[in-house]
Amino acid sequence: MKLLKFAILALFAGVLIYASNDLPYRGDPDNLMHAERSITDTPVKGNYFIQEAYNDARTPNMVTVVLGDYRSIDTFGEQVVIFTAGLITILVLRKQRRREE
Amino acid sequence: MKEQFQSPIVLLGSRLLSPYIMLFGWYVIIHGHYSPGGGFQGGALLAASVLLIRVAGGTRLSSLQLREVINTPMATLGVAIYFLTGVVAVLAGGFFLDYGQLPIPGLEAAWLRYYGILIIEVGIGLTVMAILIMIYDNMVKGEDHA
Repeated sequence: MKLLKFAILALFAGVLIYASNDLPYRGDPDNLMHAERSITDTPVKGNYFIQEAYNDARTPNMVTVVLGDYRSIDTFGEQVVIFTAGLITILVLRKQRRREE
Repeated sequence: MKEQFQSPIVLLGSRLLSPYIMLFGWYVIIHGHYSPGGGFQGGALLAASVLLIRVAGGTRLSSLQLREVINTPMATLGVAIYFLTGVVAVLAGGFFLDYGQLPIPGLEAAWLRYYGILIIEVGIGLTVMAILIMIYDNMVKGEDHA
Protein backbone atom coordinates (compact mmCIF):
# COMPACT_ATOMS: atom_id res chain seq x y z
CA MET A 1 0.00 0.00 0.00
CA LYS A 2 2.84 2.35 0.82
CA LEU A 3 4.42 1.52 -2.51
CA LEU A 4 1.20 2.49 -4.26
CA LYS A 5 1.19 5.88 -2.53
CA PHE A 6 4.73 6.57 -3.63
CA ALA A 7 3.91 5.43 -7.14
CA ILE A 8 0.94 7.82 -7.32
CA LEU A 9 3.08 10.67 -5.96
CA ALA A 10 5.84 9.94 -8.46
CA LEU A 11 3.32 9.81 -11.29
CA PHE A 12 1.80 13.11 -10.23
CA ALA A 13 5.25 14.71 -9.95
CA GLY A 14 6.04 13.43 -13.42
CA VAL A 15 2.88 15.02 -14.81
CA LEU A 16 3.70 18.34 -13.15
CA ILE A 17 7.29 18.33 -14.37
CA TYR A 18 6.13 17.48 -17.88
CA ALA A 19 3.61 20.33 -17.77
CA SER A 20 6.16 22.80 -16.43
CA ASN A 21 8.21 22.40 -19.60
CA ASP A 22 5.56 24.32 -21.52
CA LEU A 23 5.41 27.27 -19.15
CA PRO A 24 6.52 30.58 -20.67
CA TYR A 25 9.69 32.25 -19.41
CA ARG A 26 9.13 34.71 -16.60
CA GLY A 27 9.20 38.35 -17.63
CA ASP A 28 9.26 37.62 -21.35
CA PRO A 29 7.46 40.54 -23.04
CA ASP A 30 6.27 38.25 -25.84
CA ASN A 31 4.15 36.20 -23.47
CA LEU A 32 0.49 35.81 -24.28
CA MET A 33 -0.64 37.48 -21.07
CA HIS A 34 1.37 40.58 -21.92
CA ALA A 35 0.05 40.86 -25.45
CA GLU A 36 -2.25 43.75 -26.24
CA ARG A 37 -4.64 41.51 -28.17
CA SER A 38 -5.64 38.05 -27.01
CA ILE A 39 -5.73 34.83 -29.09
CA THR A 40 -9.26 35.62 -30.21
CA ASP A 41 -8.07 39.08 -31.35
CA THR A 42 -9.94 41.06 -28.73
CA PRO A 43 -8.21 43.81 -26.73
CA VAL A 44 -6.92 42.68 -23.34
CA LYS A 45 -8.36 44.81 -20.53
CA GLY A 46 -5.43 44.28 -18.19
CA ASN A 47 -3.19 46.32 -20.45
CA TYR A 48 -4.86 49.52 -19.36
CA PHE A 49 -3.92 48.94 -15.73
CA ILE A 50 -0.32 48.13 -16.59
CA GLN A 51 0.14 51.12 -18.87
CA GLU A 52 -1.86 53.82 -17.06
CA ALA A 53 -1.49 52.96 -13.36
CA TYR A 54 1.38 55.37 -12.83
CA ASN A 55 -0.23 58.21 -14.76
CA ASP A 56 -3.52 57.82 -12.94
CA ALA A 57 -2.27 57.67 -9.35
CA ARG A 58 1.47 58.54 -9.40
CA THR A 59 2.17 55.23 -7.67
CA PRO A 60 4.90 52.93 -8.98
CA ASN A 61 3.36 49.83 -7.39
CA MET A 62 0.55 48.98 -9.74
CA VAL A 63 -0.80 46.29 -7.43
CA THR A 64 -1.56 48.98 -4.86
CA VAL A 65 -3.30 51.09 -7.49
CA VAL A 66 -5.48 48.19 -8.61
CA LEU A 67 -6.28 47.24 -5.01
CA GLY A 68 -6.87 50.74 -3.70
CA ASP A 69 -8.21 52.68 -6.65
CA TYR A 70 -9.56 50.66 -9.55
CA ARG A 71 -10.95 47.91 -7.32
CA SER A 72 -11.52 49.98 -4.20
CA ILE A 73 -15.12 48.88 -3.66
CA ASP A 74 -13.96 45.27 -3.68
CA THR A 75 -11.33 46.13 -1.08
CA PHE A 76 -13.98 47.85 1.01
CA GLY A 77 -15.96 44.59 0.88
CA GLU A 78 -12.90 42.66 2.08
CA GLN A 79 -12.49 45.06 4.97
CA VAL A 80 -16.13 44.66 5.96
CA VAL A 81 -15.72 40.87 5.79
CA ILE A 82 -12.78 41.03 8.22
CA PHE A 83 -14.72 43.40 10.48
CA THR A 84 -17.70 41.04 10.49
CA ALA A 85 -15.45 38.08 11.30
CA GLY A 86 -14.19 39.94 14.36
CA LEU A 87 -17.70 40.79 15.50
CA ILE A 88 -18.74 37.15 15.09
CA THR A 89 -16.01 36.08 17.52
CA ILE A 90 -17.62 38.36 20.12
CA LEU A 91 -20.97 36.66 19.57
CA VAL A 92 -19.67 33.09 19.57
CA LEU A 93 -17.12 33.22 22.36
CA ARG A 94 -18.81 35.60 24.79
CA LYS A 95 -22.15 33.82 24.61
CA GLN A 96 -20.38 30.61 25.65
CA ARG A 97 -19.03 32.38 28.72
CA ARG A 98 -22.46 33.65 29.75
CA ARG A 99 -23.89 30.14 29.61
CA GLU A 100 -21.25 28.91 32.07
CA GLU A 101 -22.04 31.51 34.72
CA MET B 1 -4.68 30.51 31.28
CA LYS B 2 -5.21 29.55 34.90
CA GLU B 3 -1.50 29.26 35.63
CA GLN B 4 0.54 32.40 35.22
CA PHE B 5 3.97 31.81 33.79
CA GLN B 6 6.47 34.41 34.83
CA SER B 7 9.49 34.41 32.56
CA PRO B 8 11.51 37.62 32.67
CA ILE B 9 13.62 36.53 29.70
CA VAL B 10 10.63 36.04 27.39
CA LEU B 11 9.05 39.26 28.62
CA LEU B 12 12.25 41.23 28.09
CA GLY B 13 12.74 39.78 24.62
CA SER B 14 9.22 40.60 23.53
CA ARG B 15 9.45 44.07 25.06
CA LEU B 16 12.57 44.60 22.98
CA LEU B 17 11.00 43.31 19.76
CA SER B 18 7.51 44.77 19.98
CA PRO B 19 8.22 48.44 19.16
CA TYR B 20 10.35 47.52 16.17
CA ILE B 21 7.66 45.22 14.78
CA MET B 22 5.10 47.99 15.22
CA LEU B 23 7.38 50.49 13.46
CA PHE B 24 7.91 48.04 10.62
CA GLY B 25 4.14 47.56 10.37
CA TRP B 26 3.60 51.28 9.87
CA TYR B 27 6.45 51.26 7.35
CA VAL B 28 4.76 48.46 5.38
CA ILE B 29 1.46 50.38 5.35
CA ILE B 30 2.88 53.75 4.37
CA HIS B 31 5.51 52.45 1.95
CA GLY B 32 2.93 50.30 0.16
CA HIS B 33 2.99 52.69 -2.77
CA TYR B 34 6.59 51.75 -3.60
CA SER B 35 7.11 48.20 -2.38
CA PRO B 36 5.09 45.06 -1.72
CA GLY B 37 2.79 45.61 1.22
CA GLY B 38 -0.25 47.60 2.13
CA GLY B 39 -3.00 47.76 4.67
CA PHE B 40 -3.64 44.07 5.21
CA GLN B 41 -0.01 43.04 5.62
CA GLY B 42 0.90 46.04 7.73
CA GLY B 43 -2.14 45.55 9.94
CA ALA B 44 -1.12 41.95 10.56
CA LEU B 45 2.34 43.17 11.62
CA LEU B 46 0.85 45.78 13.97
CA ALA B 47 -1.32 43.08 15.52
CA ALA B 48 1.73 40.83 15.89
CA SER B 49 3.57 43.46 17.90
CA VAL B 50 0.65 43.85 20.29
CA LEU B 51 -0.04 40.12 20.54
CA LEU B 52 3.60 39.44 21.41
CA ILE B 53 3.21 41.46 24.60
CA ARG B 54 -0.17 39.80 25.29
CA VAL B 55 1.29 36.30 25.05
CA ALA B 56 4.42 37.10 27.02
CA GLY B 57 3.06 39.43 29.68
CA GLY B 58 -0.45 38.21 30.43
CA THR B 59 -3.70 40.13 30.61
CA ARG B 60 -2.86 42.57 33.39
CA LEU B 61 0.45 43.74 31.95
CA SER B 62 -0.73 44.02 28.36
CA SER B 63 -3.68 46.19 29.31
CA LEU B 64 -1.12 48.91 29.94
CA GLN B 65 -0.12 48.82 26.28
CA LEU B 66 -3.50 48.58 24.57
CA ARG B 67 -6.67 48.04 26.53
CA GLU B 68 -9.20 45.51 25.31
CA VAL B 69 -12.03 48.08 25.29
CA ILE B 70 -10.32 49.97 22.46
CA ASN B 71 -10.53 47.05 20.01
CA THR B 72 -14.08 47.51 18.73
CA PRO B 73 -13.93 51.32 18.37
CA MET B 74 -10.60 51.02 16.55
CA ALA B 75 -11.98 48.47 14.07
CA THR B 76 -15.05 50.65 13.51
CA LEU B 77 -12.80 53.68 13.03
CA GLY B 78 -10.92 51.84 10.27
CA VAL B 79 -14.11 50.97 8.40
CA ALA B 80 -15.40 54.52 8.94
CA ILE B 81 -12.21 56.05 7.50
CA TYR B 82 -12.62 54.01 4.33
CA PHE B 83 -16.36 54.62 4.00
CA LEU B 84 -16.19 58.34 4.77
CA THR B 85 -13.45 58.78 2.16
CA GLY B 86 -15.90 57.42 -0.39
CA VAL B 87 -18.78 59.53 0.91
CA VAL B 88 -16.69 62.71 0.87
CA ALA B 89 -15.84 62.00 -2.77
CA VAL B 90 -19.57 61.64 -3.48
CA LEU B 91 -20.36 64.93 -1.69
CA ALA B 92 -17.63 66.68 -3.68
CA GLY B 93 -19.32 65.70 -6.90
CA GLY B 94 -17.67 62.46 -7.98
CA PHE B 95 -18.48 58.78 -7.78
CA PHE B 96 -18.23 56.68 -4.62
CA LEU B 97 -14.52 56.20 -3.76
CA ASP B 98 -13.43 58.39 -6.67
CA TYR B 99 -10.37 59.89 -5.00
CA GLY B 100 -9.79 62.33 -7.80
CA GLN B 101 -12.65 64.43 -6.42
CA LEU B 102 -11.45 64.65 -2.82
CA PRO B 103 -11.61 68.26 -1.60
CA ILE B 104 -7.92 68.77 -0.80
CA PRO B 105 -6.84 72.08 -2.34
CA GLY B 106 -3.74 72.57 -4.42
CA LEU B 107 -3.30 69.05 -5.80
CA GLU B 108 -4.01 67.63 -9.22
CA ALA B 109 -6.24 64.57 -9.59
CA ALA B 110 -3.41 62.05 -9.88
CA TRP B 111 -1.83 63.16 -6.60
CA LEU B 112 -5.26 63.20 -4.96
CA ARG B 113 -5.58 59.53 -5.91
CA TYR B 114 -2.13 58.92 -4.37
CA TYR B 115 -3.22 60.36 -1.02
CA GLY B 116 -6.65 58.73 -1.25
CA ILE B 117 -5.00 55.31 -1.51
CA LEU B 118 -2.79 56.20 1.47
CA ILE B 119 -5.82 57.18 3.60
CA ILE B 120 -7.73 54.00 2.89
CA GLU B 121 -4.63 51.85 3.50
CA VAL B 122 -4.35 53.34 6.99
CA GLY B 123 -8.03 52.53 7.54
CA ILE B 124 -7.53 48.93 6.44
CA GLY B 125 -4.48 48.62 8.68
CA LEU B 126 -6.37 49.82 11.75
CA THR B 127 -9.24 47.41 11.11
CA VAL B 128 -7.03 44.36 10.51
CA MET B 129 -4.96 45.15 13.62
CA ALA B 130 -7.99 45.61 15.87
CA ILE B 131 -9.79 42.53 14.57
CA LEU B 132 -6.79 40.23 14.99
CA ILE B 133 -6.29 41.45 18.56
CA MET B 134 -10.02 41.10 19.19
CA ILE B 135 -10.03 37.48 18.02
CA TYR B 136 -7.14 36.65 20.37
CA ASP B 137 -8.74 38.44 23.33
CA ASN B 138 -12.07 36.73 22.87
CA MET B 139 -10.42 33.31 22.58
CA VAL B 140 -8.48 33.87 25.80
CA LYS B 141 -11.57 35.12 27.57
CA GLY B 142 -13.52 32.06 26.42
CA GLU B 143 -10.83 29.77 27.82
CA ASP B 144 -10.79 31.49 31.18
CA HIS B 145 -14.41 30.71 31.85
CA ALA B 146 -14.76 27.33 30.13
